[in-house]
Amino acid sequence: MAQIFHRSTNTISRVSIFGAVFLVALLGWLFYTLEASPYTTQQNVAREQPVQFSHAHHVGAIGIDCRYCHTSVERAAFAGIPPVKTCMNCHSQIWLQSSFLAPVRDAYRDDRSIEWVRVHDLPDFVYFDHSIHINKGIGCESCHGRVDEMPLVWQASRLQMGWCLECHRHPEKFIRPKSEVFTMGWAPPEGINREAYGLALMKAYNLRDRSVLESCSTCHR
Amino acid sequence: MNKDKQLLPTYERPQYWRSLEELRGPGLVTERDSAAALADAAGLDRRELVKYLGVSFAMAGLTACTRQPTEKIVPYVRQPEEIIPGKPLFFATAMSLSGYATGLLVESHMGRPTKAEGNPLHPASLGATDAFSQAALYDLYDPDRSQSITFLDEIRAWPAFLSAIRVALEKARTKKGDGLHILTETVGSPTLGAQLLALLRDLPGARWHQWEPNNRDRVWAGAAAAFGQPVETILRVDRADVILSLDADFLACGPGHLRSVREFSARRRPRDRQKFNRLYAVESTPSVTGACADHRLPLRAWDVEAFARSVAGLVGAGSAAQAPSDFAKAVAEDLKSHRGKSLVIAGDDQPAPVQALAHAINAALGNVGQTLITTDPVPVRTESQIDSLRQLVGDMDKGLVDTLIILGGNPTFTAPADVPFAHALEKVGLRIHLGTHQDETSAHCHWHVPEAHFLESWSDARAFDGTASIVQPLIAPLYRGKTPHEILAALSDQPERTSHEIVRDYWRDKLSGDFESAWRQALHDGVIAGTAFSPKALAVWKSAPPSNASAATPETAAGSLEIRFRPDPTIYDGRFANNGWLQELPKPISKLTWDNAVMLAPQTAKRLALTNEDVVKLEYRGRSIEAPVWIQPGHVEDAATLHFGYGRTRAGQLGTRIGSNANALRTADAPAGDRGLQITKTGRTYSLATTQQHDVMEGRALVRSATLEEFERQPKFAHEIVEEPESDLTMYSSFPRQEYAWAMAIDLNACTGCNACVVACQAENNIPFVGKDQVSRGRAMHWLRVDRYYSGSPDNPTTHHQPLPCMQCENAPCELVCPVGATVHSAEGLNDMVYNRCVGTRYCGNNCPYKVRHFNFYHYSTKFRAPSMRMLANPDVTVRWRGVMEKCTYCVQRINEAKITAEKQDRRVRDGEIVTACQQACPAEAIVFGDLADSESRVVRRKASPTNYSLLGELGTRPRTTYLAEVGNPNPALAAAESKRS
Repeated sequence: MAQIFHRSTNTISRVSIFGAVFLVALLGWLFYTLEASPYTTQQNVAREQPVQFSHAHHVGAIGIDCRYCHTSVERAAFAGIPPVKTCMNCHSQIWLQSSFLAPVRDAYRDDRSIEWVRVHDLPDFVYFDHSIHINKGIGCESCHGRVDEMPLVWQASRLQMGWCLECHRHPEKFIRPKSEVFTMGWAPPEGINREAYGLALMKAYNLRDRSVLESCSTCHR
Repeated sequence: MNKDKQLLPTYERPQYWRSLEELRGPGLVTERDSAAALADAAGLDRRELVKYLGVSFAMAGLTACTRQPTEKIVPYVRQPEEIIPGKPLFFATAMSLSGYATGLLVESHMGRPTKAEGNPLHPASLGATDAFSQAALYDLYDPDRSQSITFLDEIRAWPAFLSAIRVALEKARTKKGDGLHILTETVGSPTLGAQLLALLRDLPGARWHQWEPNNRDRVWAGAAAAFGQPVETILRVDRADVILSLDADFLACGPGHLRSVREFSARRRPRDRQKFNRLYAVESTPSVTGACADHRLPLRAWDVEAFARSVAGLVGAGSAAQAPSDFAKAVAEDLKSHRGKSLVIAGDDQPAPVQALAHAINAALGNVGQTLITTDPVPVRTESQIDSLRQLVGDMDKGLVDTLIILGGNPTFTAPADVPFAHALEKVGLRIHLGTHQDETSAHCHWHVPEAHFLESWSDARAFDGTASIVQPLIAPLYRGKTPHEILAALSDQPERTSHEIVRDYWRDKLSGDFESAWRQALHDGVIAGTAFSPKALAVWKSAPPSNASAATPETAAGSLEIRFRPDPTIYDGRFANNGWLQELPKPISKLTWDNAVMLAPQTAKRLALTNEDVVKLEYRGRSIEAPVWIQPGHVEDAATLHFGYGRTRAGQLGTRIGSNANALRTADAPAGDRGLQITKTGRTYSLATTQQHDVMEGRALVRSATLEEFERQPKFAHEIVEEPESDLTMYSSFPRQEYAWAMAIDLNACTGCNACVVACQAENNIPFVGKDQVSRGRAMHWLRVDRYYSGSPDNPTTHHQPLPCMQCENAPCELVCPVGATVHSAEGLNDMVYNRCVGTRYCGNNCPYKVRHFNFYHYSTKFRAPSMRMLANPDVTVRWRGVMEKCTYCVQRINEAKITAEKQDRRVRDGEIVTACQQACPAEAIVFGDLADSESRVVRRKASPTNYSLLGELGTRPRTTYLAEVGNPNPALAAAESKRS
């Protein structure tokens, strides 16, 4: 009886058997890269907003404190998006005719909220709390990047769990004095050992043990 | 150890059982979810099924590759004061049921009420709630609520209604009010009472009727007989050493029951022997109170009067009865030796002579003024509601009623069978119904006006002791509902006054000091200080009333039974029929859900050759209905109980056409039932969904109990039943302790099995309800369930309750078997469940010895998709989806909230700062949560009790939740006679 398969199929089968390992690895790598890529995470993608509000101007140039608008950042889980009234505190006095501000004036006049596009969006099963991070010496900049240099805000970090854990496992690399939490572009004192400095701050601020920070129920419930 | 062991024979462990099937023997555990059954059901062979499973698994994996959808943030235009997005606010209000208020603190997330909690300042709550107030939020968001004003089923506007009512009013005015009738439920609101009385003054011919099926007619009549006027009798359970309940379920319903539970349980701490009270319960239907009793005597409701009479004779409150039973003698002796410190309570259902007898016994024992306080009645009027309804129906039948305004309630459904309300209603010229739902009554009315839920209304209410509360709204009416105040205002010369104005105007000259600040204080506290009624000293009639004629009614046809009608323990008189949480809440004793059934004693069922789920025909006084049978251990023989509230025909999507309508048998002269019931088997069966056969844990010492004497001889009895392994006898390393170690202790001696914790947990943790079919498959989702066990003979067993949340084992068996690490331990000892990792293998549920894990077989949480139901969800807890395991988290959202608050203030979490939802609801303070690392914490102190034991501790799971064993206080004189029982 003639052979069904040609001899060359032996080579093909060998290649495919050994190739399969690489194929699976390739697929895995592809999947992971795609998952962590800005395509999925929207990292570094500036978002169009209903009002062309520039943090670069208000924070960087004028120097308004974060908490002027994000009022509940020290007290609540949610940092707070300012009500239209907050914009109008100044803009009922200045830039009265600016066409950029027309949506703000309309909203205020019509008592209709401005619908901002959410830039930093954690999954619904994550319960992130701004206030505790602020109160333990984690700067705005550590997660949000140099907001003072962003004309339109983008997400500076990946915001995936691996990224969160980088800090929850080693807060000493990121912690800063509480007085510098809202400072943009803060750097640890020169010549100091970052890790030792961070550990000292962790002790001073009574940060919990890493096992607590890593526990699932710290963020998921 | 060995020395202790020698004591062992003194303690005999009772035989515990959970259901009659279990007592009879093994079997009956059916596995309905096997793959074979699934393949059969799908009509596939095994290979094909596996193929489909594989494909679906792969496809499901792909769903992970999505981008999050873009979300919008919509801030305020002008942010209201006090509101911080993400931080809930709490407002005090009060919920009224049958005229009596329970004070609540309601949690509001940015204007959206999500959870009711008890108000510690309110005398009827003391910080606790019952299942009804927990479930009130569900009613608020019920998608079946009526949403618009209708005239003959067509939508109309409020002004159209106003003009219609004005026309009717003008007509009535010409006749000085003749022909204008108003029907309300029991009115406890002072403002509403004042409005009604003002209307009657204005239109002397108008009539005000009150009717609700669970009324207190007999209580008022009994009080009037004993004290000469209808007075409120307030129970001071805290002062009573010996309590006799004459068919009274005072620990589960009735005015002030939450307070009674608190006071009752506080006096059942075994280490405080001097204060330990003793409860005797005489009852026909097993109840929560009977389950708490040290001695329980099953007695037909009919025979309670004779029993009360013999006790009265023995304590000197009447002529001595012939041949009192041993039970009566023992009770009377005990009562006599506690003069001034005993309490006899007659059930609301018992006829007036029994009420009067109870008062007479109390008076003879010197209890009046001590354990029993009399005050003015809380309801505005205490006239007989059944007479009031009869009179209304008579007038309607004669055509004397031009306009009938029904303010709340559902009389078409609830009226007794021999009072033809619905029929007579057709003869009324203009019929107006104010109600939360388009129900049986609105079907017979011209106008239907949606009623505002109490969380949407301004009103006021009084607690059992007269303390007034302002009812303030948490949210604007969702469907422009109106309150009874506004309907009555429409009948006055100021038709557009709002409830807010009406209630404020009523209290304007009644609050002391500056009105604005007093008003704000009243709103803030949830009570108006100094409004409790002062005790009334009344001449008491100390001798028993003569037996009345009805007592001499001859026994009806031989072989007939007594029928007993009681309000349903979970859906009350039917008003909560469309409430999914309450429908699925297992009834405290029978553990039935979604149905009512005829309860029969095991012996009676045997005699009639009936078994569970047999459909029988109930014939009583010429009327008949059909209902399934449920054999209830401990039920009195030759009697049947049917709860009323079921059998609604227009309740909504959930409550319509389930159960049997007991109102079709109830008659006006014997609303609680009478003898003369005939039961015949139809030959059909009807399946009932019970949570009782689920998760059976057989032959293990789950509930441990002893008598006070046994406890004193052997304080550590709970440990000697089962030897717990030494904590170092393990291959696993011991659990490392962090700053906090969360734990819970549940006192079985305090727990009454009332179920408030179960609904509280459901409300707090976004737990879905699953429906009857799923419950009967064992898929109820309650994270916290209350298991019920029996010991002793089925004719009169001792009932034990055991609330079962997750044990949070230190060596958790569930964690070892999870292939994806979806359940792991937190550093503080919580057994964390990570929903987003769970792939639904259910291995953890299989390996859990306590069966506290629940699997989402379907997308049960889709109920949150109805726009209104979405508002019900607690934003601090994930809403789970299909294919995910879930379980009790010790309310980790509350733990985290408290920890974050404490850390921001640079301190430890204080003891008592974290209160779990179940703990908060519990009126008995049976549940204590806290930190093991804090040696001063309540939970540590409680766990130091000698009766503290771990459930299935012999498995080495080292649960963080432990139990305090039950200790009873039987009367030695009776215990000997009853020892045969256990």
